Amino acid sequence: MELFWYIILMSMLAIYVVLDGYDFGAGIVHLFFAKTEKDKKAITNAIGPFWDANEVWLIAAGGVLFFAFPTLYASSFSGFYLPLMIILWLLIFRAIGLELRGQVHNTMWEAIWDKAFGIASLLLALFFGVALGNVVRGVNLGNVVDGVSTHEAHYFFLPLWNPTFSPHAESLGVIDWFTLLLGVIGVVSLTIHGANWIIFKTNSGLNERLKRVVFSLNIVLLLLVVVSLFAWHIIEPRPFHNFLAHPWLWVFPLTAFTGLFGLFKVRSFQKDGMGFLFSSLFLLGGLTSTVASIFPKVLPSTNSINPDLTLYNVAAHEYGLSVGVYWFIIAVVLVAAYMFIQYRVFKGKMDDVGYGEH
Amino acid sequence: MEDMLFYDRMQFAFTITFHYLFPQLTMGLSLMIVYFKWKFLKTKIDKYNDAAKFWMKIFALNFAMGVVTGIPMEFQFGTNWAKFSELTGGIIGQTLAMEGMFSFFLESSFLGLFLFGEKLLGHKLHFVTGFLVFLGSWASGYLIIATHSWMQYPVGYEILENGKFVLNNFGALFSNPWLLPSYLHNQAASLVTSSFVVSAVGAFYLLNDKHHGFGKIFVRTGVVFGLIASLLVAFPTGDWAAKNVAKHQPVTFAAMEGIFETEDGGSEIVLIGQPNMLEKKLDNKIAVPNILSFLTYQKWDAQIKGLNEFEPKDYPTNVPGLYYAYHIMVGLGTVFIGLMLLAGVQLIRKKLYKTKWILWSLMFMLPFPYIANTTGWYTAELGRQPWLVYNLLRTVDGASPTVSSGNTLFTLLGFIGLYLLLGLLFLMLAGKIINKGPQLNQH
Repeated sequence: MELFWYIILMSMLAIYVVLDGYDFGAGIVHLFFAKTEKDKKAITNAIGPFWDANEVWLIAAGGVLFFAFPTLYASSFSGFYLPLMIILWLLIFRAIGLELRGQVHNTMWEAIWDKAFGIASLLLALFFGVALGNVVRGVNLGNVVDGVSTHEAHYFFLPLWNPTFSPHAESLGVIDWFTLLLGVIGVVSLTIHGANWIIFKTNSGLNERLKRVVFSLNIVLLLLVVVSLFAWHIIEPRPFHNFLAHPWLWVFPLTAFTGLFGLFKVRSFQKDGMGFLFSSLFLLGGLTSTVASIFPKVLPSTNSINPDLTLYNVAAHEYGLSVGVYWFIIAVVLVAAYMFIQYRVFKGKMDDVGYGEH
Repeated sequence: MEDMLFYDRMQFAFTITFHYLFPQLTMGLSLMIVYFKWKFLKTKIDKYNDAAKFWMKIFALNFAMGVVTGIPMEFQFGTNWAKFSELTGGIIGQTLAMEGMFSFFLESSFLGLFLFGEKLLGHKLHFVTGFLVFLGSWASGYLIIATHSWMQYPVGYEILENGKFVLNNFGALFSNPWLLPSYLHNQAASLVTSSFVVSAVGAFYLLNDKHHGFGKIFVRTGVVFGLIASLLVAFPTGDWAAKNVAKHQPVTFAAMEGIFETEDGGSEIVLIGQPNMLEKKLDNKIAVPNILSFLTYQKWDAQIKGLNEFEPKDYPTNVPGLYYAYHIMVGLGTVFIGLMLLAGVQLIRKKLYKTKWILWSLMFMLPFPYIANTTGWYTAELGRQPWLVYNLLRTVDGASPTVSSGNTLFTLLGFIGLYLLLGLLFLMLAGKIINKGPQLNQH
C-alpha cells in the first residue's frame, strides 16, 4: 500500500512539474524574450486559462503527501521551513502578477506586474531545482552535532545556506554548489519547456526566435546535465546501484535523453507541439531517473546516526491508506474528465482568448 | 518555547483570518451568480446576464486572493505544526487531500471556462460551468469543516503506543455530529456576507443615482437572500451548533456565555458585560434571567455548568477573547436579522428603493458580516483551546520542534507585510470594479 501511494505521489509531482513547469518557463520567456505588448499578450494568453488548475497539482500532491506520508510531510516541511515560505511568497507574487496586470491600463502598473510575474517564475524554477537537489543530497536528520542527535531522529532544520556552500558540511544549508547546479538545470530546462509551450499554443511573432533560443539553451542544458552526472558521484558514491540491480529502470534515463536529443531538431519540426512533447519527456525522464536512483529513500540522512527516511518508515497506517484508494480512484477519473474538457475547449492556438481583459 | 508557540499561533491566526475574508464571499457569491445566470436563462432579460458578468469580476478577484492566501494554509500544517501533522496526518490528511482532489480541481478547471468561455460555450453550458464552480467551492468548505469537526470532536480513530492517531472508521469522519451543524451554519453565514455585499453595492448605486436598474436588482436580490440567510444562521443552524458546544465542550460553553457560577434555578443569558478573570465574575453585567437554560435545553430551570466546576488548566486559554468573539457574532447576527426584516417589509410594500435610511444602513453594513464571520470562527477556535484535538492533544504539543521563534517571527512579519500589500491592492481593484459598475449588453 505504501508503494502504491508512493507511485501516486511521484506521478502527481511529475505531472505538476510538466504542467506548472510550462507556466514558470513562460514567465521566464516573458521576462527575457518578450519585447512587444503583442508578445506579452501571446504568452499570457497561452497560459491564462490553465495556470491556476496546473498549480492545483501542487496543492493536491501536498494533500496526498500529508495524508499518505504524514511523517515525511511533517519532517520536510518544518525542516525546509524558510525555503518553503519563500516559495509561498513567490507563488503569491507570480499569481497576482498574472491576475492583476490586466485590471488597470497603465504602463507603469503593467511593467511592475510583468516583472513580478517574470522574476517570481525565474526564482521558482531555481528553487524547485534546489529542492530536488536537497532531496538527492539528503539532510542532517536529527540535527546531529558532534555525533549526538539534538532532535528526534526524523526532524531537522536547514538554514538557507552555510558559509562554505559545501554539500559535505556537517551543518548543511539549503543552497550549496550542488543544489544550486540543479537549480540552474531547473531554470534552463523550464525555460525551454515554456518556450515550447508558447510555440505550441500561439502564432506569435516570437515563435521563430524562440526555436533558436530553445536550440541554444538545449546545448547549455546538455552540458549542465553532463556536469551534474559527475557532481552526483561526489554526493553519492554509487548513484547507479538501483539501475544495475534492476536494468529495466534504464527506461527512465533513456526517456530523458530521448527528450534532450530530440530537441536539437526543434528548428525542423513540422508540428508545433513536438518541441513541447520532447521537453516533457526530458522533464519526466529526469525526475523519474532521480527518484529511481534514491528509491526507496525519500529523504536520505547525511549522518551515520539516524536512518534515512524511506517510503516505508514515513507512511500512514494501513487502514487509512487502503480506504483512501477508493475515493482517490473516483477523484482521478473526475480530474481526467475536467482536464479533457478544459484542454478541448481551449484546444489549438490561443492568441485570441483575451486573458486578463476585465 | 513560549515565544515559539505564540508566534506559531499568531501566524496561523493572522494568515487564516486574512484568507477567510475571501472564501466567505466567494462561496455565497457563487450561488448568487448562478442565480443571476439562471434568472437570465429563464427570463431572457439581458440585465440578469450583465449582473452575473459584473459579479463574476468581483468573484474572480476574490477567488484569486483566496487561492494565493489559501496555499500558505496547507503548507503551515507542516511548517509550523509538524508534530500535530505527524500525529494526526493519517486522519486529517484524508479530508485535506480530498479537498485538493475533489474541489480544487473542479473549481480551478471550470473557473477558467466560466470566466473566459462564455463565447465558446453558449449560455446554457456557461451556466453549467458556473454551477460547477459553486459546487467546487461548497465542497471545499465541506471538507475543511469535516477536518475542523474532527479536531473539535474526534471520531473514528485509535491512538497507537507511539502517540499517533490512526483512522479506523472513514465513514465516521462524515457522520460526525459536529459536522453538519457547523457546515450549514458556516455556509449560511457565507451567504450572509455575499448578500450584504450585493445589497450594499446596489444601495451605493441607488444612493449615487447611477446604474439604477442594476441597483434595484442588487438590492432586491441581496435583501431576499440576506433575510433568508440571516434567519438560517441563527435558527436552526446556530442554535444547533451552540447545543453541540454545550453538550460536548461544557467548559467552552460556560466561557463563551460568560457563566462563571452554576445557577441552581437556571442560567441567565448575558447581553453585555466584561469578564473579570481576577475575581471570576462579569463586570457591568446586563442579563436576562433563565433564558440561556431555556434556549439550550428548552427548560427554564435547566442547570448549566459554570466555569467554577472546571479546573483552570482546562479553561479555554483566552476566556475574555472567546466571550467577546461569541457576543460580537451573536450581536451582529441579531442586527442583520433586524435590518433585513425591515428591508424585506419595505420591499413587499414596494417602498424599499425610496427608503433612504435603509439604503444607507445596507451600504454601511458591508464590513459587518465579515466581522461576524471572523468572530464566529474565533469562537470555534478559541473555544477549542488549549487543545488542538479536543481533550486529546494540547496545542503546546503540536508545534514544529525544530523551527525557532526567530524564524517564525521572520515569516510572520513577512506575511503581515505581504498581506497588507494584497489587502490594499484588493481594495483598490474592487473599488475600481464597483465604481465602473455593470456594463450593458456586453456579449
